[in-house]
Amino acid sequence: MMATKAAQTKGGTGRFTQDEKRRDSDHVSFLKHRGFRWLWIALALSAASIAGYVLIDQEPRPNGGTWYGYTLGTIGFGLILWLSLLGVRKRRINPGAWSLKAWTSAHVYLGLSLAVVGTLHTGFQMGWNVHTLAYVLMLLVIVTGIYGVVVYATLPASLSSNRKEMTRAQMLDALTAIDRQLESAAQPLGRAEADLVIAALAQDVFYGGPLARLTGRYPGCATSRALKRMGGNSEETARVGSLLERRRDQLAQIRGALRIRAMLEIWLFIHIPLTIALIAALTAHVISVFYYW
Amino acid sequence: MGEIYTVAIIGSGPAGLSAAARAAALGLSHVLLEKTDHLSDTIYKYQKGKHVMATPANLVLRSDIDFEAGKREVILGLWDEQIAGHKVHVKYHAEARAIRGTGDAIPGSVQQLVTRARDGTKSVRDIQRHAPPYAIELANGETVMAQNVILAIGTQGNPNRMRCPGADLPHVQYQLDDPAEYVDEHIVIVGTGDAGIENARGLAEDPAQRNTVSILNRGTEFPTAKDANVKALMADHEAGKLMIRTESETASIEPGFITLTTRDGELRIPCDRIIARIGSAPPRAFVEECGIEFSSEDRSAFPKLSPVFESTAPGIFVIGALAGYPLIKHCMNQGHDVIEFINGNTELKPADEPIIAAKFASLPGNRSTGEWLEFLRTNVSILNGMNPLQMREFMLDSEARFFGPSEVIFERNAPGSSLFGIASGSVAVEVNPADPSITIPIEAGSIFGEVGLISGRRRGATIRAAEDTIVVEISRLAALKLQSQVPTAKAAIQRISIERQLLQMFGSGLKREDVAALVEAARVEEKRAGEVVVAEGADDKDVFIIRRGSMIVEKAIGERPVFLSYLPAGSYFGEMAVIDGSLRTATVKAAIKSEVIRLPGEGFLALLEKNPALREKAMKDMAGRRATNAFIESRKDSFGGAVDLYSETAQFLVDNGIGEATDVLLIDEKLCIGCDNCEKACADSHDGLTRLDREAGRTYAHLHVPTSCRHCEHPHCMADCPPNAIKRGPDGEVFIDDTCIGCGNCQRNCPYGVIRMDAKPPKKPSLLQWMLFGRGPGPGEASYNWRKKAAAKDGTPKAKQAIKCDMCSGIDGGPACVRACPTGAAIRVSPDKFLTFTKLTEDAE
Ligand SMILES: Cc1cc2nc3c(=O)[nH]c(=O)nc-3n(C[C@H](O)[C@H](O)[C@H](O)COP(=O)(O)OP(=O)(O)OC[C@H]3O[C@@H](n4cnc5c(N)ncnc54)[C@H](O)[C@@H]3O)c2cc1C
Ligand code: HEM
Ligand code: SF4
Ligand code: SF4
Repeated sequence: MMATKAAQTKGGTGRFTQDEKRRDSDHVSFLKHRGFRWLWIALALSAASIAGYVLIDQEPRPNGGTWYGYTLGTIGFGLILWLSLLGVRKRRINPGAWSLKAWTSAHVYLGLSLAVVGTLHTGFQMGWNVHTLAYVLMLLVIVTGIYGVVVYATLPASLSSNRKEMTRAQMLDALTAIDRQLESAAQPLGRAEADLVIAALAQDVFYGGPLARLTGRYPGCATSRALKRMGGNSEETARVGSLLERRRDQLAQIRGALRIRAMLEIWLFIHIPLTIALIAALTAHVISVFYYW
Repeated sequence: MGEIYTVAIIGSGPAGLSAAARAAALGLSHVLLEKTDHLSDTIYKYQKGKHVMATPANLVLRSDIDFEAGKREVILGLWDEQIAGHKVHVKYHAEARAIRGTGDAIPGSVQQLVTRARDGTKSVRDIQRHAPPYAIELANGETVMAQNVILAIGTQGNPNRMRCPGADLPHVQYQLDDPAEYVDEHIVIVGTGDAGIENARGLAEDPAQRNTVSILNRGTEFPTAKDANVKALMADHEAGKLMIRTESETASIEPGFITLTTRDGELRIPCDRIIARIGSAPPRAFVEECGIEFSSEDRSAFPKLSPVFESTAPGIFVIGALAGYPLIKHCMNQGHDVIEFINGNTELKPADEPIIAAKFASLPGNRSTGEWLEFLRTNVSILNGMNPLQMREFMLDSEARFFGPSEVIFERNAPGSSLFGIASGSVAVEVNPADPSITIPIEAGSIFGEVGLISGRRRGATIRAAEDTIVVEISRLAALKLQSQVPTAKAAIQRISIERQLLQMFGSGLKREDVAALVEAARVEEKRAGEVVVAEGADDKDVFIIRRGSMIVEKAIGERPVFLSYLPAGSYFGEMAVIDGSLRTATVKAAIKSEVIRLPGEGFLALLEKNPALREKAMKDMAGRRATNAFIESRKDSFGGAVDLYSETAQFLVDNGIGEATDVLLIDEKLCIGCDNCEKACADSHDGLTRLDREAGRTYAHLHVPTSCRHCEHPHCMADCPPNAIKRGPDGEVFIDDTCIGCGNCQRNCPYGVIRMDAKPPKKPSLLQWMLFGRGPGPGEASYNWRKKAAAKDGTPKAKQAIKCDMCSGIDGGPACVRACPTGAAIRVSPDKFLTFTKLTEDAE
């Protein structure tokens, strides 16, 4: 049992060695993965494509139709298909001993080199046709990808600071707790003030459109309004006032989390559908090329 | 005084029930005494609808009462019926308070009762045992007479009682079955452990019940409760649901009111009900008063018993959980057997005979089970002190194995916490990993593997059989039991382990004779978490070896303590001051509860003197340590901030249990985009339930310790698992196997709250189906509602079992959480590799 099984699985390349390497690992980001391995590969690919473009004599002129153009086109097409597979990879972790970080690293750098490969493939010939459509879609996907990398690299720290060790559920619980106190504290208030509190409590936590989410501005926030208009200086209104302040701060934390997450995710809502459109356009491009050229 | 029964059975749990049914079937005059008004109180108190499991599966049930896995209600119903059917004579509300022999004094049979006061002082009292018949005194003043007594009272014990005036009023209660039962009451909860907190929260949960709930806290902290519970309680207090009264104690109780002593004097408040949850006293004191001796003073010790379950008080038998058998099937079998023994059946073989026989089946040499047990007992020296019943129980958790010449028994770096005893033959230890031909022999009768047992760390050397060898592999659990039952075994293991640790650590050709003097002088000391072992600037001169646990090394640089390094079990420290005669250059303190071996400095020096090679090695280690210290000190001047950050982060990690971890998930929140892909991957790799909660847990300087198993060196969760379902796997992972009965003990015992109890959901539609047609809930853990619906459709209800991280054992590539992180934020590390200056200060981005 215990001893014998261990004995079988040990040895130089077994799980133990693998685990030890992992346990010794550093927190290195996907960009720096393996000493920028994929950056170098992507640069080499781009450099080779440019060199080929400049050095090879393409007749009658450089475009997708020459043998070199076909080569670049095939590489580009292959790359795009492979880049799209990240969507599947991300959701299917087994089987296979691979890491999503390595895939993302390769995705980012090879995706960038696609801008070079694709552009050279066109031979700088544009027009109002399905071919150029595919090219533009590709560029858009790449541009959104660049945005993605920028937010991935810059926003996580603020997501963490905003969280202050609280989970999303705890933030909502904290708000509910404040609300319960507000409810009873507002009982002695006059009609006008009570209505302000009731309006604040009635407003949905997640109130606000996509714009509000992304900018963090909620002009119609009933809690801020109640705070602004809360008059009187009795003990009761002071207590309600301080509770409203706490409510505002708690809302600010929740909204901060929503905002940062929205900024971390919004680009995927362009990146992914455009990827699908790109593949469709690309298919049309390839088929039309084989039919009419 | 009435009838003298042949047997009185105390306690109607599975053990007592089964005994009573057997006695009734044999027509013995008997009585079954039960404290409560129903049978089998422990099972009665399980959660409603709990699926009771019948493990071990390979053990046959031998009882007049039926039992198979099923719902609590069904089982209790069946037992009620069958007990009535067998015409068992049951007496309810019959709590035994004392058992006295009424016959003559038994010459020379004196029980020594040791009582320990809170302040650590001991007092010893002698009790003269008397022969049967026994008089059993009940709480209601009645006395029951019996020739034989069977104690089957389980291990629940009695709740600790309140002591203030008025504590015996009827509205003071010690249990809360259904919080929804009480409305419109002023309720005071006494006790700030998990039970008290859960009760208070339960009573205040629904505002519609209009209860006014307060919970008393003698101090201001809640040291004995789980962090999550405390947080929730605080939140309820904040929200005005209930009230925490800090620095308050009960002074007196009267109907309708309670008087408290508080910091500001006495306070009398309305109170309709008091629920006291102030722990429970184990039944040991009561049992000892009956003249029954325990195997040791250890808290986990069980009564000393003969092969027929007879205790040191002749005619009093102990069975069931109290005897150390916590599974229902075992309890029931023993109930049956003990009556047979009392009735004179000496031929009866225990029901676990086939299980034990199977363990010996593959060994060469035709011996019967009894002979094998005797063979092991007499040949392995640490087993000498056991009796045949203990040997049987011991064997259930152990394995006997045969190894041919040069066959590997275990390899260096394999995880393993079992101990081996050599029954015949001998083994060779490969002391030098670079050169396997250098070996040290260990002879028959001795043990090996003790370092893994004590430190919880990986095997230090490969061990092979030197000839045809029979060993007994003693699981960690059995080894712990053995040490608490047989004090001489404990001492022997300790001595050998110190000797081996010295030999292994200092290596370089040392022989047993070389270290003999040092072993003699060595002392094992226990250290609390945070206790200072060596203080900077002191001029004591001892050397220490960390036997279990871990230490942190700190140095005061400009007033503030700076973290220098982390020392795992197996390391030594304190040698610098000894070698160069200087004052202590740094402070060493325990990161967690630890054990150190203290070696006198002179002895250590003498050893160095005799062994130039060893001296050289020690000097080299010392130079390495000096270099680290100098490096960090030099950094202090140029980058003070980095050194502070390093110290504080290291301290934060140690405070969060990393000091006892072997493999822990950390998240660098400078990289984490909050996509929860780690949780989704975990769920998809493990039956659709995630074993990690990414957001929960503490964070310092953007380093986050999520709620996920740390695979502790000495897992707390293993402490009290009735079927021993929690084990350490071949890759060092602590995992729970399928024999889990869902009792929830491990969940309560894990200090990090990483175990959840849940039922396996049915399989989801495939990823492809989800991507193309939107079928099923998609990647990750399905919502509770989806799982509930799918399970209902699936039919067969699944039992809730304990689930936790198994480090993705058996999955190629290792932990899915780490592999699924797109940015590299999630890492799983071991503390001794991670707690270094560069790892904690280098910017990841
Ligand atoms: C939550 C939970 C779930 C579990 N699930 C399972 C499972 O699924 N399968 C399994 O095999 N095991 C399970 N166990 C373990 C099992 O329930 C116990 O080990 C078993 O009940 C022990 O049986 P026993 O007869 O020794 O004692 P108990 O069942 O504890 O019975 C002792 C009885 O004695 C009575 N008593 C105590 N003191 C006195 C006294 N002084 N005078 C008179 N009467 C007294 C008590 O009221 C009680 O009725 C579980 C345990 C727990 C806590
Ligand atoms: C034409 C080229 C590209 C295609 C077809 C493509 C396609 C995709 C797809 C399908 C995903 C999976 C999204 C999901 O399922 O959540 C993805 C993710 C991503 N892409 Fe691209 N991409 C391209 C180029 C780029 C470029 C150039 C960059 C960066 C410079 C980039 C950065 C990313 C990042 C950071 C992710 C998110 C990874 C994650 O969160 O798991 N992509 N891309
Ligand atoms: S479940 Fe808890 S106690 Fe057990 S190994 Fe994991 S962290 Fe340690
Ligand atoms: S694994 Fe936990 S819940 Fe399951 S039987 Fe063991 S202690 Fe009880």
